[in-house]
Amino acid sequence: MSTPVIIVEHGAVGYDGRPVLRDVSLTVTAGEVVAVLGANGSGKSTLIRAILGLVPLGAGSITLFDRPLRQFRQWQRIGYVPQRLGAGGGVPATVREVVASGRLARRGVLRPPGAADRAAVDAALRAVGLADRASDPVATLSGGQQQRTLIARALAGQPELLILDEPTAGVDAASQEAFAGALRDFVADGGTVLLVAHELGPLRPVISRAVVVHQGGICHDGAVPDPAGHHAEPDHDHVHPHGPDEPAGLWSN
Amino acid sequence: MELFQYPYMQRALIGALVIGLAAPALGIYLVQRRLTLIGDGIGHVALTGVGAGLLLNRSPVLVAVIVATVGAIAIEVVRARGRTSGDLALALLFYGGIAGGVLLVGLSDATSANLNAYLFGSLLSTSTSDLITVGVLGAAILITMIVLRPALFAISHDEEYARVSGLPVRTLNLLIAVTTAVTVTIAMRAVGVLLISALMVVPVATAQQITRGFRSTMTAAMALGFFAAGSGVWVAATADTPPGASVVLLAIASFLVVAVAGALWRAVRRRTAPAHVPVPEPHEVVLDRG
Repeated sequence: MSTPVIIVEHGAVGYDGRPVLRDVSLTVTAGEVVAVLGANGSGKSTLIRAILGLVPLGAGSITLFDRPLRQFRQWQRIGYVPQRLGAGGGVPATVREVVASGRLARRGVLRPPGAADRAAVDAALRAVGLADRASDPVATLSGGQQQRTLIARALAGQPELLILDEPTAGVDAASQEAFAGALRDFVADGGTVLLVAHELGPLRPVISRAVVVHQGGICHDGAVPDPAGHHAEPDHDHVHPHGPDEPAGLWSN
Repeated sequence: MELFQYPYMQRALIGALVIGLAAPALGIYLVQRRLTLIGDGIGHVALTGVGAGLLLNRSPVLVAVIVATVGAIAIEVVRARGRTSGDLALALLFYGGIAGGVLLVGLSDATSANLNAYLFGSLLSTSTSDLITVGVLGAAILITMIVLRPALFAISHDEEYARVSGLPVRTLNLLIAVTTAVTVTIAMRAVGVLLISALMVVPVATAQQITRGFRSTMTAAMALGFFAAGSGVWVAATADTPPGASVVLLAIASFLVVAVAGALWRAVRRRTAPAHVPVPEPHEVVLDRG
Protein backbone atom coordinates (compact mmCIF):
# COMPACT_ATOMS: atom_id res chain seq x y z
CA MET A 1 0.00 0.00 0.00
CA SER A 2 1.50 3.34 -1.08
CA THR A 3 1.59 6.27 1.27
CA PRO A 4 -1.14 8.87 0.84
CA VAL A 5 0.15 12.29 -0.25
CA ILE A 6 -3.13 14.21 -0.35
CA ILE A 7 -6.23 13.30 1.65
CA VAL A 8 -9.39 15.38 1.31
CA GLU A 9 -12.22 14.29 3.62
CA HIS A 10 -15.72 15.69 3.16
CA GLY A 11 -14.31 18.98 1.90
CA ALA A 12 -16.74 21.85 1.28
CA VAL A 13 -15.92 25.30 -0.10
CA GLY A 14 -18.19 28.26 -0.69
CA TYR A 15 -17.67 31.77 -2.02
CA ASP A 16 -19.85 34.37 -0.28
CA GLY A 17 -22.24 31.70 0.96
CA ARG A 18 -22.64 30.12 -2.49
CA PRO A 19 -21.42 26.51 -2.24
CA VAL A 20 -18.91 25.47 -4.93
CA LEU A 21 -17.80 22.17 -3.45
CA ARG A 22 -20.37 20.38 -1.30
CA ASP A 23 -18.82 17.15 -0.07
CA VAL A 24 -15.61 16.00 -1.71
CA SER A 25 -13.39 13.17 -0.57
CA LEU A 26 -10.25 12.31 -2.49
CA THR A 27 -7.02 10.49 -1.75
CA VAL A 28 -3.91 10.70 -3.91
CA THR A 29 -1.11 8.26 -3.09
CA ALA A 30 2.58 8.54 -3.93
CA GLY A 31 3.42 7.82 -7.56
CA GLU A 32 -0.11 8.39 -8.89
CA VAL A 33 -1.00 10.75 -11.70
CA VAL A 34 -4.54 11.89 -11.01
CA ALA A 35 -6.52 14.05 -13.42
CA VAL A 36 -9.41 16.11 -12.07
CA LEU A 37 -11.91 16.51 -14.90
CA GLY A 38 -15.16 18.42 -15.13
CA ALA A 39 -17.03 21.14 -16.94
CA ASN A 40 -16.25 24.82 -16.51
CA GLY A 41 -17.61 26.00 -13.19
CA SER A 42 -17.82 22.47 -11.76
CA GLY A 43 -15.43 23.42 -8.97
CA LYS A 44 -12.39 21.47 -10.13
CA SER A 45 -10.01 24.44 -9.88
CA THR A 46 -11.51 25.31 -6.51
CA LEU A 47 -10.69 21.79 -5.33
CA ILE A 48 -6.97 22.17 -6.00
CA ARG A 49 -6.94 25.74 -4.70
CA ALA A 50 -8.40 24.42 -1.45
CA ILE A 51 -5.75 21.70 -1.32
CA LEU A 52 -3.06 24.40 -1.65
CA GLY A 53 -4.65 26.50 1.08
CA LEU A 54 -5.46 29.35 -1.33
CA VAL A 55 -9.19 29.20 -0.54
CA PRO A 56 -10.42 28.37 2.96
CA LEU A 57 -12.27 25.14 3.59
CA GLY A 58 -15.82 25.60 4.87
CA ALA A 59 -16.05 22.09 6.25
CA GLY A 60 -14.09 18.85 6.21
CA SER A 61 -10.32 18.39 6.36
CA ILE A 62 -7.27 18.27 4.12
CA THR A 63 -4.05 16.43 4.89
CA LEU A 64 -0.80 16.94 2.95
CA PHE A 65 2.09 14.52 3.52
CA ASP A 66 0.55 13.29 6.80
CA ARG A 67 0.11 16.83 8.13
CA PRO A 68 -3.12 18.76 8.51
CA LEU A 69 -3.07 21.61 5.96
CA ARG A 70 -3.08 24.20 8.72
CA GLN A 71 0.18 22.89 10.14
CA PHE A 72 1.80 22.01 6.81
CA ARG A 73 5.05 23.94 6.31
CA GLN A 74 7.13 21.81 3.92
CA TRP A 75 6.06 23.72 0.84
CA GLN A 76 9.26 22.78 -0.99
CA ARG A 77 7.70 19.31 -1.45
CA ILE A 78 4.96 20.81 -3.64
CA GLY A 79 5.30 22.40 -7.07
CA TYR A 80 2.31 24.49 -8.12
CA VAL A 81 1.58 25.43 -11.72
CA PRO A 82 -1.17 28.05 -12.03
CA GLN A 83 -3.38 28.42 -15.08
CA ARG A 84 -1.46 31.33 -16.51
CA LEU A 85 1.15 33.91 -15.76
CA GLY A 86 -0.32 37.22 -14.66
CA ALA A 87 1.01 40.26 -16.46
CA GLY A 88 1.14 42.45 -13.37
CA GLY A 89 2.40 45.95 -13.93
CA GLY A 90 4.48 44.99 -16.96
CA VAL A 91 7.99 45.19 -15.52
CA PRO A 92 9.95 42.79 -17.75
CA ALA A 93 11.30 39.53 -16.32
CA THR A 94 13.39 36.92 -18.08
CA VAL A 95 12.35 33.28 -18.31
CA ARG A 96 15.26 32.41 -16.02
CA GLU A 97 14.19 34.95 -13.40
CA VAL A 98 10.66 33.52 -13.30
CA VAL A 99 11.93 29.93 -13.12
CA ALA A 100 14.41 30.90 -10.37
CA SER A 101 11.43 31.89 -8.16
CA GLY A 102 10.77 28.17 -7.92
CA ARG A 103 13.85 27.79 -5.72
CA LEU A 104 12.59 30.12 -2.99
CA ALA A 105 10.56 27.44 -1.21
CA ARG A 106 13.76 25.45 -0.77
CA ARG A 107 16.19 28.30 -0.19
CA GLY A 108 14.17 30.65 2.00
CA VAL A 109 13.89 34.40 1.77
CA LEU A 110 17.32 35.52 2.93
CA ARG A 111 19.83 33.08 1.45
CA PRO A 112 21.30 34.16 -1.90
CA PRO A 113 21.15 31.62 -4.73
CA GLY A 114 24.05 29.17 -4.93
CA ALA A 115 25.42 26.67 -7.44
CA ALA A 116 22.76 24.08 -6.59
CA ASP A 117 20.03 26.64 -7.28
CA ARG A 118 21.50 27.54 -10.66
CA ALA A 119 21.92 23.87 -11.62
CA ALA A 120 18.28 23.12 -10.70
CA VAL A 121 17.05 26.08 -12.75
CA ASP A 122 19.14 24.93 -15.74
CA ALA A 123 17.79 21.39 -15.44
CA ALA A 124 14.19 22.62 -15.23
CA LEU A 125 14.65 24.82 -18.30
CA ARG A 126 16.04 21.85 -20.23
CA ALA A 127 13.22 19.59 -19.07
CA VAL A 128 10.62 21.82 -20.73
CA GLY A 129 12.78 22.66 -23.76
CA LEU A 130 13.27 26.35 -23.00
CA ALA A 131 17.01 26.41 -22.28
CA ASP A 132 17.64 28.57 -25.35
CA ARG A 133 15.01 31.14 -24.27
CA ALA A 134 16.36 31.58 -20.72
CA SER A 135 17.34 35.23 -21.11
CA ASP A 136 14.31 36.29 -23.17
CA PRO A 137 11.55 38.33 -21.51
CA VAL A 138 8.62 36.01 -20.68
CA ALA A 139 6.20 38.49 -22.24
CA THR A 140 7.69 37.74 -25.69
CA LEU A 141 6.94 34.00 -25.40
CA SER A 142 3.87 32.30 -26.85
CA GLY A 143 1.11 31.16 -24.48
CA GLY A 144 2.37 27.59 -24.61
CA GLN A 145 5.94 28.64 -23.88
CA GLN A 146 4.76 30.76 -20.96
CA GLN A 147 2.94 27.73 -19.61
CA ARG A 148 6.15 25.71 -19.95
CA THR A 149 7.97 28.47 -18.04
CA LEU A 150 5.53 28.01 -15.16
CA ILE A 151 6.06 24.25 -15.24
CA ALA A 152 9.83 24.79 -15.19
CA ARG A 153 9.39 27.11 -12.20
CA ALA A 154 7.58 24.33 -10.33
CA LEU A 155 10.15 21.70 -11.39
CA ALA A 156 13.07 23.93 -10.32
CA GLY A 157 12.03 23.45 -6.69
CA GLN A 158 12.52 19.68 -7.13
CA PRO A 159 9.11 18.87 -5.63
CA GLU A 160 7.67 15.44 -4.83
CA LEU A 161 4.15 16.49 -5.77
CA LEU A 162 3.14 18.59 -8.75
CA ILE A 163 -0.24 20.33 -8.68
CA LEU A 164 -1.27 21.82 -12.01
CA ASP A 165 -4.30 23.93 -12.89
CA GLU A 166 -5.30 23.36 -16.54
CA PRO A 167 -1.72 23.12 -17.79
CA THR A 168 -2.70 22.48 -21.41
CA ALA A 169 -5.68 24.79 -21.89
CA GLY A 170 -5.20 26.71 -25.12
CA VAL A 171 -1.60 25.52 -25.49
CA ASP A 172 -0.10 24.72 -28.91
CA ALA A 173 0.60 21.11 -29.85
CA ALA A 174 4.41 21.39 -29.58
CA SER A 175 4.13 22.73 -26.03
CA GLN A 176 1.63 20.01 -25.10
CA GLU A 177 4.10 17.36 -26.27
CA ALA A 178 7.00 19.04 -24.43
CA PHE A 179 4.82 19.21 -21.34
CA ALA A 180 3.75 15.54 -21.56
CA GLY A 181 7.43 14.58 -21.87
CA ALA A 182 8.41 16.63 -18.81
CA LEU A 183 5.56 15.05 -16.86
CA ARG A 184 6.57 11.51 -17.89
CA ASP A 185 10.14 12.15 -16.68
CA PHE A 186 8.85 13.58 -13.41
CA VAL A 187 6.64 10.54 -12.80
CA ALA A 188 9.43 8.12 -13.80
CA ASP A 189 11.56 9.68 -11.03
CA GLY A 190 8.86 8.81 -8.49
CA GLY A 191 6.87 12.04 -8.52
CA THR A 192 3.14 12.36 -7.78
CA VAL A 193 0.87 14.54 -9.92
CA LEU A 194 -2.56 16.08 -9.41
CA LEU A 195 -3.77 18.05 -12.40
CA VAL A 196 -6.94 19.78 -13.41
CA ALA A 197 -7.74 19.34 -17.07
CA HIS A 198 -10.41 20.04 -19.54
CA GLU A 199 -9.10 17.70 -22.18
CA LEU A 200 -6.23 15.33 -21.78
CA GLY A 201 -4.74 15.24 -25.29
CA PRO A 202 -1.17 13.93 -25.27
CA LEU A 203 -1.32 13.59 -21.48
CA ARG A 204 -3.79 10.72 -21.62
CA PRO A 205 -1.23 7.86 -21.54
CA VAL A 206 0.44 9.37 -18.45
CA ILE A 207 -2.74 9.59 -16.34
CA SER A 208 -3.26 6.71 -13.92
CA ARG A 209 -6.63 7.77 -12.48
CA ALA A 210 -9.35 10.26 -13.26
CA VAL A 211 -11.71 12.05 -10.91
CA VAL A 212 -14.73 13.83 -12.36
CA VAL A 213 -16.16 16.78 -10.45
CA HIS A 214 -19.81 17.57 -11.11
CA GLN A 215 -22.05 20.02 -9.28
CA GLY A 216 -19.72 20.33 -6.33
CA GLY A 217 -19.28 16.61 -5.78
CA ILE A 218 -17.24 13.77 -7.23
CA CYS A 219 -19.27 11.67 -9.66
CA HIS A 220 -16.53 9.39 -10.94
CA ASP A 221 -13.25 8.11 -9.47
CA GLY A 222 -11.37 5.49 -11.45
CA ALA A 223 -10.29 4.84 -15.03
CA VAL A 224 -10.06 7.73 -17.49
CA PRO A 225 -13.55 8.02 -19.00
CA ASP A 226 -13.92 7.90 -22.75
CA PRO A 227 -15.02 11.11 -24.37
CA ALA A 228 -18.59 11.17 -25.62
CA GLY A 229 -20.54 13.11 -28.23
CA HIS A 230 -18.66 15.64 -30.31
CA HIS A 231 -15.81 15.46 -27.82
CA ALA A 232 -15.08 12.01 -29.21
CA GLU A 233 -14.33 13.19 -32.73
CA PRO A 234 -10.66 12.63 -33.45
CA ASP A 235 -9.96 16.18 -34.54
CA HIS A 236 -11.93 17.83 -31.78
CA ASP A 237 -9.81 20.61 -30.36
CA HIS A 238 -11.38 21.45 -27.09
CA VAL A 239 -10.38 25.04 -26.62
CA HIS A 240 -12.81 27.69 -25.65
CA PRO A 241 -12.64 30.84 -23.64
CA HIS A 242 -12.54 30.59 -19.91
CA GLY A 243 -14.42 32.73 -17.46
CA PRO A 244 -13.62 36.41 -17.42
CA ASP A 245 -10.51 37.44 -15.55
CA GLU A 246 -10.91 39.17 -12.27
CA PRO A 247 -11.20 42.88 -12.94
CA ALA A 248 -7.67 44.26 -13.07
CA GLY A 249 -8.19 47.10 -10.65
CA LEU A 250 -5.65 49.45 -9.20
CA TRP A 251 -5.33 47.46 -6.00
CA SER A 252 -5.60 43.94 -7.29
CA ASN A 253 -2.46 42.22 -8.30
CA MET B 1 30.44 74.14 -10.61
CA GLU B 2 31.76 76.48 -7.93
CA LEU B 3 28.26 76.55 -6.45
CA PHE B 4 28.95 73.10 -5.06
CA GLN B 5 31.66 74.59 -2.80
CA TYR B 6 28.90 75.68 -0.47
CA PRO B 7 28.08 73.07 2.18
CA TYR B 8 24.32 73.59 1.74
CA MET B 9 24.66 72.74 -1.95
CA GLN B 10 26.74 69.66 -1.13
CA ARG B 11 24.10 68.51 1.34
CA ALA B 12 21.36 69.12 -1.20
CA LEU B 13 23.25 67.13 -3.82
CA ILE B 14 24.06 64.17 -1.57
CA GLY B 15 20.48 64.04 -0.24
CA ALA B 16 19.07 64.09 -3.76
CA LEU B 17 21.45 61.37 -4.97
CA VAL B 18 20.54 59.02 -2.10
CA ILE B 19 16.84 59.50 -2.80
CA GLY B 20 17.37 59.17 -6.56
CA LEU B 21 18.95 55.78 -5.95
CA ALA B 22 16.55 54.47 -3.28
CA ALA B 23 13.18 55.60 -4.68
CA PRO B 24 13.27 53.54 -7.93
CA ALA B 25 14.68 50.49 -6.07
CA LEU B 26 11.40 50.40 -4.16
CA GLY B 27 9.30 51.79 -7.01
CA ILE B 28 9.94 48.81 -9.27
CA TYR B 29 7.94 46.56 -6.91
CA LEU B 30 5.14 49.09 -6.72
CA VAL B 31 4.97 49.34 -10.52
CA GLN B 32 4.86 45.55 -10.89
CA ARG B 33 2.03 45.34 -8.34
CA ARG B 34 0.09 48.15 -10.06
CA LEU B 35 0.44 50.33 -7.00
CA THR B 36 2.04 53.14 -8.97
CA LEU B 37 0.08 55.87 -7.24
CA ILE B 38 0.42 54.53 -3.71
CA GLY B 39 3.38 56.82 -3.07
CA ASP B 40 1.14 59.76 -3.80
CA GLY B 41 -1.50 58.50 -1.39
CA ILE B 42 0.98 57.89 1.40
CA GLY B 43 2.45 61.32 0.74
CA HIS B 44 -0.96 62.83 1.41
CA VAL B 45 -1.15 60.94 4.69
CA ALA B 46 2.39 61.99 5.60
CA LEU B 47 1.29 65.61 5.33
CA THR B 48 -0.96 65.11 8.36
CA GLY B 49 2.15 63.94 10.18
CA VAL B 50 3.99 67.10 9.11
CA GLY B 51 1.12 69.22 10.39
CA ALA B 52 1.02 67.35 13.69
CA GLY B 53 4.80 67.76 14.05
CA LEU B 54 4.64 71.50 13.42
CA LEU B 55 1.72 71.91 15.83
CA LEU B 56 3.37 69.88 18.61
CA ASN B 57 6.80 71.42 18.00
CA ARG B 58 8.31 68.02 17.23
CA SER B 59 10.38 67.12 14.19
CA PRO B 60 7.86 67.16 11.32
CA VAL B 61 9.79 64.50 9.38
CA LEU B 62 9.86 62.11 12.33
CA VAL B 63 6.14 62.50 13.07
CA ALA B 64 5.46 62.14 9.33
CA VAL B 65 7.38 58.82 9.27
CA ILE B 66 5.16 57.50 12.06
CA VAL B 67 1.87 58.75 10.60
CA ALA B 68 2.78 57.59 7.06
CA THR B 69 3.76 54.14 8.34
CA VAL B 70 0.44 53.75 10.14
CA GLY B 71 -1.34 54.92 6.98
CA ALA B 72 0.66 52.52 4.79
CA ILE B 73 -0.17 49.57 7.04
CA ALA B 74 -3.85 50.54 6.95
CA ILE B 75 -3.74 50.68 3.14
CA GLU B 76 -2.02 47.27 2.97
CA VAL B 77 -4.65 45.72 5.27
CA VAL B 78 -7.41 47.08 3.02
CA ARG B 79 -5.58 45.86 -0.10
CA ALA B 80 -4.98 42.37 1.29
CA ARG B 81 -8.69 42.00 2.03
CA GLY B 82 -9.37 42.75 -1.61
CA ARG B 83 -12.72 44.35 -0.95
CA THR B 84 -14.25 46.56 -3.62
CA SER B 85 -15.03 49.11 -0.95
CA GLY B 86 -11.29 49.32 -0.36
CA ASP B 87 -11.04 51.78 -3.23
CA LEU B 88 -13.32 54.18 -1.44
CA ALA B 89 -11.59 53.64 1.88
CA LEU B 90 -8.30 54.60 0.24
CA ALA B 91 -9.81 57.76 -1.26
CA LEU B 92 -11.07 58.75 2.20
CA LEU B 93 -7.64 58.12 3.68
CA PHE B 94 -5.85 60.18 1.01
CA TYR B 95 -8.11 63.21 1.13
CA GLY B 96 -8.39 62.98 4.90
CA GLY B 97 -4.59 62.98 4.99
CA ILE B 98 -4.07 66.12 2.93
CA ALA B 99 -6.97 68.01 4.52
CA GLY B 100 -5.74 67.05 7.99
CA GLY B 101 -2.26 68.23 7.08
CA VAL B 102 -3.41 71.61 5.78
CA LEU B 103 -5.65 72.08 8.83
CA LEU B 104 -2.93 71.21 11.35
CA VAL B 105 -0.35 73.40 9.60
CA GLY B 106 -2.91 76.22 9.67
CA LEU B 107 -3.48 75.75 13.42
CA SER B 108 0.25 75.90 14.13
CA ASP B 109 2.41 79.01 13.95
CA ALA B 110 3.91 77.80 10.67
CA THR B 111 3.63 79.97 7.59
CA SER B 112 2.42 78.91 4.18
CA ALA B 113 6.11 78.84 3.18
CA ASN B 114 6.54 75.92 5.61
CA LEU B 115 3.65 74.08 3.99
CA ASN B 116 5.10 74.74 0.53
CA ALA B 117 8.43 73.30 1.63
CA TYR B 118 6.74 69.96 2.30
CA LEU B 119 4.37 70.07 -0.65
CA PHE B 120 7.06 70.81 -3.23
CA GLY B 121 10.30 70.05 -1.39
CA SER B 122 13.02 72.33 -0.12
CA LEU B 123 16.26 70.59 -0.88
CA LEU B 124 18.45 73.63 -0.24
CA SER B 125 17.41 73.84 3.41
CA THR B 126 18.65 70.29 4.12
CA SER B 127 20.50 70.36 7.45
CA THR B 128 23.30 68.01 8.47
CA SER B 129 20.97 66.05 10.76
CA ASP B 130 18.45 65.80 7.91
CA LEU B 131 21.20 64.45 5.71
CA ILE B 132 22.15 61.80 8.28
CA THR B 133 18.49 60.70 8.53
CA VAL B 134 18.20 60.53 4.74
CA GLY B 135 21.51 58.66 4.42
CA VAL B 136 20.75 56.05 7.07
CA LEU B 137 17.15 55.41 5.99
CA GLY B 138 18.10 55.49 2.29
CA ALA B 139 20.82 52.91 2.83
CA ALA B 140 18.39 50.74 4.81
CA ILE B 141 15.83 50.91 1.99
CA LEU B 142 18.44 50.06 -0.66
CA ILE B 143 19.87 47.10 1.26
CA THR B 144 16.40 45.69 2.01
CA MET B 145 15.22 46.00 -1.59
CA ILE B 146 18.37 44.42 -3.01
CA VAL B 147 18.86 41.60 -0.48
CA LEU B 148 15.20 40.58 -0.61
CA ARG B 149 14.91 41.00 -4.38
CA PRO B 150 14.18 37.31 -5.21
CA ALA B 151 11.41 37.10 -2.61
CA LEU B 152 9.96 40.54 -3.36
CA PHE B 153 10.11 39.76 -7.08
CA ALA B 154 8.19 36.53 -6.43
CA ILE B 155 5.38 38.18 -4.46
CA SER B 156 5.12 41.10 -6.88
CA HIS B 157 5.03 38.80 -9.86
CA ASP B 158 2.71 36.07 -8.61
CA GLU B 159 1.43 36.47 -5.06
CA GLU B 160 -0.44 33.14 -5.00
CA TYR B 161 2.59 31.21 -6.15
CA ALA B 162 4.65 32.95 -3.47
CA ARG B 163 2.11 31.85 -0.87
CA VAL B 164 2.23 28.24 -2.07
CA SER B 165 6.04 28.48 -1.89
CA GLY B 166 5.64 29.10 1.83
CA LEU B 167 7.02 32.65 1.67
CA PRO B 168 5.92 34.98 4.49
CA VAL B 169 3.73 36.92 2.05
CA ARG B 170 1.91 39.02 4.63
CA THR B 171 5.15 40.09 6.32
CA LEU B 172 6.79 40.95 2.99
CA ASN B 173 3.73 42.96 1.92
CA LEU B 174 3.84 44.90 5.18
CA LEU B 175 7.56 45.42 4.66
CA ILE B 176 6.90 46.97 1.25
CA ALA B 177 4.18 49.17 2.77
CA VAL B 178 6.43 50.38 5.59
CA THR B 179 9.37 50.93 3.21
CA THR B 180 7.11 52.98 0.96
CA ALA B 181 6.14 55.16 3.92
CA VAL B 182 9.78 55.69 4.88
CA THR B 183 10.83 56.45 1.29
CA VAL B 184 8.00 58.93 0.92
CA THR B 185 8.97 60.80 4.07
CA ILE B 186 12.66 61.07 3.24
CA ALA B 187 11.89 62.02 -0.36
CA MET B 188 9.50 64.68 0.94
CA ARG B 189 12.53 66.87 1.73
CA ALA B 190 13.83 66.62 -1.81
CA VAL B 191 10.89 66.72 -4.17
CA GLY B 192 7.90 67.32 -1.92
CA VAL B 193 4.76 65.35 -1.16
CA LEU B 194 3.18 66.06 -4.53
CA LEU B 195 6.12 64.84 -6.64
CA ILE B 196 7.34 61.80 -4.68
CA SER B 197 5.66 59.19 -6.84
CA ALA B 198 7.48 60.55 -9.87
CA LEU B 199 10.88 59.56 -8.50
CA MET B 200 9.66 56.08 -7.60
CA VAL B 201 7.87 55.40 -10.85
CA VAL B 202 9.28 57.42 -13.76
CA PRO B 203 12.81 55.89 -13.76
CA VAL B 204 11.22 52.41 -13.74
CA ALA B 205 8.92 53.34 -16.60
CA THR B 206 11.92 54.63 -18.55
CA ALA B 207 14.10 51.59 -17.85
CA GLN B 208 11.51 48.95 -18.68
CA GLN B 209 11.20 50.19 -22.24
CA ILE B 210 14.67 48.93 -23.08
CA THR B 211 15.46 46.19 -20.56
CA ARG B 212 14.71 42.48 -20.81
CA GLY B 213 14.82 41.29 -17.20
CA PHE B 214 13.74 42.38 -13.74
CA ARG B 215 17.24 42.75 -12.37
CA SER B 216 18.46 44.82 -15.31
CA THR B 217 15.35 47.00 -15.04
CA MET B 218 16.08 47.63 -11.37
CA THR B 219 19.72 48.50 -12.03
CA ALA B 220 18.88 50.80 -14.94
CA ALA B 221 16.07 52.51 -12.99
CA MET B 222 18.42 53.19 -10.07
CA ALA B 223 21.02 54.62 -12.46
CA LEU B 224 18.37 56.82 -14.10
CA GLY B 225 17.09 58.03 -10.72
CA PHE B 226 20.63 58.84 -9.62
CA PHE B 227 21.30 60.70 -12.88
CA ALA B 228 18.02 62.65 -12.75
CA ALA B 229 18.62 63.66 -9.12
CA GLY B 230 22.20 64.76 -9.74
CA SER B 231 21.56 66.70 -12.92
CA GLY B 232 18.32 68.13 -11.48
CA VAL B 233 20.17 69.69 -8.55
CA TRP B 234 22.85 70.98 -10.91
CA VAL B 235 20.26 72.57 -13.21
CA ALA B 236 18.47 74.04 -10.19
CA ALA B 237 21.72 75.54 -8.91
CA THR B 238 22.86 77.01 -12.22
CA ALA B 239 19.50 78.13 -13.59
CA ASP B 240 17.99 79.00 -10.20
CA THR B 241 14.95 76.76 -10.64
CA PRO B 242 13.13 74.82 -7.88
CA PRO B 243 15.20 71.63 -7.36
CA GLY B 244 12.30 69.20 -6.83
CA ALA B 245 10.54 70.19 -10.02
CA SER B 246 13.84 70.20 -11.96
CA VAL B 247 14.65 66.64 -10.86
CA VAL B 248 11.20 65.36 -11.82
CA LEU B 249 11.13 67.16 -15.18
CA LEU B 250 14.56 65.73 -16.05
CA ALA B 251 13.31 62.23 -15.17
CA ILE B 252 10.29 62.72 -17.41
CA ALA B 253 12.49 64.15 -20.18
CA SER B 254 14.66 61.01 -20.13
CA PHE B 255 11.48 58.92 -20.32
CA LEU B 256 10.42 60.80 -23.46
CA VAL B 257 13.88 60.54 -25.03
CA VAL B 258 13.98 56.77 -24.45
CA ALA B 259 10.39 56.34 -25.67
CA VAL B 260 11.06 58.20 -28.93
CA ALA B 261 14.46 56.55 -29.47
CA GLY B 262 12.93 53.14 -28.79
CA ALA B 263 10.12 53.74 -31.29
CA LEU B 264 12.62 54.86 -33.96
CA TRP B 265 14.86 51.87 -33.28
CA ARG B 266 11.94 49.47 -33.65
CA ALA B 267 10.85 51.19 -36.87
CA VAL B 268 14.35 50.83 -38.33
CA ARG B 269 14.56 47.19 -37.32
CA ARG B 270 11.17 46.44 -38.85
CA ARG B 271 12.34 47.87 -42.14
CA THR B 272 15.68 46.01 -42.22
CA ALA B 273 14.62 42.64 -40.78
CA PRO B 274 11.77 40.63 -42.29
CA ALA B 275 8.73 40.55 -40.07
CA HIS B 276 8.21 37.37 -38.09
CA VAL B 277 4.96 35.92 -39.41
CA PRO B 278 3.44 33.43 -36.98
CA VAL B 279 2.25 30.23 -38.61
CA PRO B 280 -1.33 29.56 -37.56
CA GLU B 281 -2.62 26.09 -36.85
CA PRO B 282 -4.79 24.68 -39.64
CA HIS B 283 -8.49 25.46 -39.57
CA GLU B 284 -10.56 22.77 -37.96
CA VAL B 285 -13.80 23.82 -39.58
CA VAL B 286 -14.90 23.71 -43.16
CA LEU B 287 -15.07 27.18 -44.62
CA ASP B 288 -17.58 26.86 -47.43
CA ARG B 289 -18.92 30.36 -47.70
CA GLY B 290 -17.84 31.22 -51.20
